Amino acid sequence: MFGLPGGAIMPFYQTLPEYPALKHILVRHEQNAGHAADGYARASGKVGVCVATSGPGATNLVTPLANAMMDSIPVIALTGQVPRAAIGRDAFQETDTTGITMPVTKHNYLAMHAADLPRIFKEAFHIARTGRPGPVLIDLPRDVLEEVAEFEYPDQVTTLRGYKPTLEGSGRQIKRAAKLIDDAQRPVILAGHGVLIANASAELRQLAEKAQVPVITTLLGISGFSSDHVLSMGMPGMHGQAHNNWAIDKADLVIGVGMRFDDRVTGKISTFAPSAKVIHIDIDPAEVGKNVRVTVPIVGDARRVLHALAKEVATTTRPDWLKEIDDLKDRHPGMPTSQPDKLLPQQVIRDLHEATAGRAIIVTGVGQHQMFAAQHYGFTEPNTWITSGGLGTMGFEVPAAMGAAVARPDRIVWSIAGDGGFQMTMSELATIVEQRLPIKFAILNNNSLGMVRQLQDLFYDGVRVATAYSGNPDFVKLAEAYGIWAIRVSDPTRVRDAIDQANAVDGPTLIDFDIAPEENVYPHLPAGGTAAEMIEGPVESAEKGAPAWLS
Amino acid sequence: MVELASQYHTITAVVEDKPGVLARVASMFSRRGFNISNLSVGHSETPGLSRMTFVVEGDEWVVEQVTKQLYKLIDVVRVSDISDDSIVIREMALVKVKSTPETRPEIMQIVDIFRANIVDVATDALIIEVTGDEGKVDALVQLLKPYSIKETMRTGRVAMTRGGPATGSKKTSADTTDHSAPDTEVVP
Repeated sequence: MFGLPGGAIMPFYQTLPEYPALKHILVRHEQNAGHAADGYARASGKVGVCVATSGPGATNLVTPLANAMMDSIPVIALTGQVPRAAIGRDAFQETDTTGITMPVTKHNYLAMHAADLPRIFKEAFHIARTGRPGPVLIDLPRDVLEEVAEFEYPDQVTTLRGYKPTLEGSGRQIKRAAKLIDDAQRPVILAGHGVLIANASAELRQLAEKAQVPVITTLLGISGFSSDHVLSMGMPGMHGQAHNNWAIDKADLVIGVGMRFDDRVTGKISTFAPSAKVIHIDIDPAEVGKNVRVTVPIVGDARRVLHALAKEVATTTRPDWLKEIDDLKDRHPGMPTSQPDKLLPQQVIRDLHEATAGRAIIVTGVGQHQMFAAQHYGFTEPNTWITSGGLGTMGFEVPAAMGAAVARPDRIVWSIAGDGGFQMTMSELATIVEQRLPIKFAILNNNSLGMVRQLQDLFYDGVRVATAYSGNPDFVKLAEAYGIWAIRVSDPTRVRDAIDQANAVDGPTLIDFDIAPEENVYPHLPAGGTAAEMIEGPVESAEKGAPAWLS
Repeated sequence: MVELASQYHTITAVVEDKPGVLARVASMFSRRGFNISNLSVGHSETPGLSRMTFVVEGDEWVVEQVTKQLYKLIDVVRVSDISDDSIVIREMALVKVKSTPETRPEIMQIVDIFRANIVDVATDALIIEVTGDEGKVDALVQLLKPYSIKETMRTGRVAMTRGGPATGSKKTSADTTDHSAPDTEVVP
């Protein structure tokens, strides 16, 4: 439970000493409480809880709630509210919290009687973690928190007439899907976040291996299918490996599992997978048929559906298709800019992978550093990749790492940050020190909002507006001010050594990587573009060849 | 995208009778850019449940999305597109029209023809109550226009399927197996 108190929520806080089993972590800003609960939920698979007071406390939760909503994360937000009699009178620190958060929560409650609280809490946790998970907010007027009522906690949720998620896929549709897979010549699986939420990695592997279907993982599907598997393809879409966009372009069957054919995946929707039939497996019926034409819709839990589908499909080999994909990989290798003697962000990520044997939990914010991490770390275990996907929330990397470190004390947590996002939420360094959370920060510092700068260079004739940070702080000194071990790395040959040093420190650390500021993320499929419009890399790198560490 | 004919659909929903449920529905419609030309809500035959009637403008994709997005709201219990069912549609309107001793008999004649009622008489105006489908209400309003309409208030459409079962008890395509997807091909 991550939170920050204030007047209206105080009766809740003042009761906490009676419940020592409830662990509360005091943060520096409510937004970070929300992202920490989100990171906790992603790393643990359990529900994360955040607490804030009324008014500004509650409005500061809007961004993390929207983030959790977009990425289907089970989070409970408890907010204080002014006393019942003051609601609607513009009282001090009053906001219409349930009204504001309605579109960014799966459901929300304004509790008007203490006697309703057991039912509301039971329902809220049930709604947050079942079906397609999502955030649920409970708004608690101060006098409701002070009211005395009989505590009768329901064993089961019996009060939600309108909420019955479908878990089992239709047998008829699963048979139809199996037939399509058996008949396909060039099938690909697009595995999304639903695979991780449903804990379906093993079932996905069974299906992929039995039917010999290559697996492409969406940004949030990363770590759902081991990147060292022979059928693993990497990421599709805007900054996905180029061979994936070409494979989808050539495919005659696309099997979407727990993903939503987001615009960053599809590019221009009318030219996405032009020759393919589509099987779409998702627990949310509203996602099926929302963005792409679906041949076989299957609504259900990814694990159950994949299990049934893996049984139903024939054991096959597809040597021609897999050979074609290998050729695509060879023809579209994806290379960074060749900048001799410069420290490149891709190298940092690759060294990080080696130094942690691919077993760290990687948390990122949003931007170039996120895409470099997604492309180059190489994830082999489920739920080791924590990133803000749908909402694209800069600054997520600091508080979410906090949540992940609380959830997984057994694992080393590396927060890969951009210098922009880091400065949005770095106030939590204090919390991290207080809680002795051994988070390792790697700032890929290019003294700019790199992704926006890249867009300016590629699509706005290089007109750079509001992307340069000319007055960044000395991050090493900053970390040291908090009592955090820190070092700056500018020399490409010192990267691995610095990472090893940080890993050896018992506690939080920070490395400020002084990376080549002009480096771009490739490929870059322009928004709403097609595979043919993909910018696969800078021209000069093809001539100069890839640096040795890339091979 | 396949271009489909845009048309009006009548959708009914059974919802929990709780504070904020109308706001949830309205907020969802607005956020997703759906056009509702008509919304009416009232108690149903079951205590604790209300029935909403929507008239939604759009093609099949829009109606399917509206239905599915409504289902995602926790307080929505059941949704049915009853456009293709045999249904009774009614709307009530109150129309305040200027009247003089000379025009009053003419207006009363029109009211009689429409089986409408005069519910208030004043020296300078009448209030007419009319019930029927939108076409009938529109026709009456047109005929009253020359007498100078001062005010019109319409309830919007309510609809009910003919025959024994309750409206919406037959599940729609978006709800074939416990909120499951349609069995047929889905066209965006």
